[in-house]
Amino acid sequence: MTDTQDNAEKSLYERIGAEPAVNAAVDIFYRKVLSDHRINRFFDNVDMEKQAAKQKAFLTMAFGGPHNYTGEDMRKGHAHLVKMGLDDSHFDAVVENLGATLEELNVPQELIAEVVAICETTRNDVLGR
Amino acid sequence: MYTLTIEDNTYFCQPDETVLDTLLRENIAISYACKKGTCHSCIVCSPDILPPEAAQTGLKNTQKKHNYFLACLCHPERDMVIKLPDQSELYTDGTVVANELLNRNTLLLIIAFKDAFEFNAGQFVNLQRSDGLTRSYSIANIPQESNSLEFHIRRLPNGRFSEWLHDEIKIGDTIAVSEPRGHCFYLPERSEQGLLLVGTGTGLAPLAGILTDALAQGHSGPIYLFHGSRDVEDLYRIDEMRQLVDQHENFHYIPCLSGNHVPEGFSHGRVNDIVLASLPDLKGWRVFLCGHPDMIKQMKTMTFIKGAASADIYTDAFLVTSG
Repeated sequence: MTDTQDNAEKSLYERIGAEPAVNAAVDIFYRKVLSDHRINRFFDNVDMEKQAAKQKAFLTMAFGGPHNYTGEDMRKGHAHLVKMGLDDSHFDAVVENLGATLEELNVPQELIAEVVAICETTRNDVLGR
Repeated sequence: MYTLTIEDNTYFCQPDETVLDTLLRENIAISYACKKGTCHSCIVCSPDILPPEAAQTGLKNTQKKHNYFLACLCHPERDMVIKLPDQSELYTDGTVVANELLNRNTLLLIIAFKDAFEFNAGQFVNLQRSDGLTRSYSIANIPQESNSLEFHIRRLPNGRFSEWLHDEIKIGDTIAVSEPRGHCFYLPERSEQGLLLVGTGTGLAPLAGILTDALAQGHSGPIYLFHGSRDVEDLYRIDEMRQLVDQHENFHYIPCLSGNHVPEGFSHGRVNDIVLASLPDLKGWRVFLCGHPDMIKQMKTMTFIKGAASADIYTDAFLVTSG
């Protein structure tokens, strides 16, 4: 792919910077999530290292990159959190942290909007509805 | 088409296959899950040759240095010998050359070998008794010193192995020692980086090795060692550490006591709290956490929140085997 090619032809994942962008974002994003008192109780019993790998897979998906999550995976993966009271407010908080992360990395607003839109497509599965 | 050799068996890796694909097709027992480099379940080792760079994506620098790679990301570029995580280990007999108490419940055990024993300071080995009873212990010295390994053995209540080492082992006895394992060690890079070392109890053993190694390799950034226990009688090497402080301007030693009796020169409180109060910003630091699993779990998260990159946090949790 060349620089002269129209941006519109590239996928969101490519425009946002592909894997290096995920790597740049993952620590910043996860640090925000763990520091956020609205949601960090959901991470109390997870191993940080394993969770960081999952966050990377999540960001790859949110950036429109290659992933093999299904809606069913999303439901199963979050079912125990829904039992703990996971609801829309927590989902919003995670999306907010992701947006703030991307702003910190100087990602243009229109790309952030696309990322948020991808996250929105998972809301009902994540919340088990 | 390249060959993959595991122990005495050889397999052919088809041109479009990853190493994991081949092993699964051949019904080799290997743990795996995501098949895309995220979960690290299928980590294996190539002891003899450097694996393809792409197969080491996302691994810690210390894992890369020992040729670990992810089978699911590896398209071989030449024939490979592969070591699986649960493959039987090679044991070498060593001879006990020192056993003395470091404090009321911790034994200093030194085992010598005929030939050089290759390891990185901070790694651990399995020690095995002649009846097969096996336990993991961290190495407390650095490889440059001699053909010997130093261990700090805490006596555990009803701990069969630690009681045997404390009560029965004598100088001149033979103990079987496995190959070194673990990824919690110092690499001589970014020598101006701050190093935070936090240990409880005999968590000091790997940290002492890492500290000695970093100082010997001329690490120039600040080095902070926090060693925690309940009572002063359960700390050890206090004078030696204070001596190192006098010799190295960049080294700081903070012994921490959580019990009620706190002599002068010691900090009072849980080691976790003292670390976080002393070093509020860990951005750019390299962190080593060794000892009690609960301390490590909490500190892993807290040091990350305080700014340390996840790739820069190394841990060695001491799991107690019952009996």
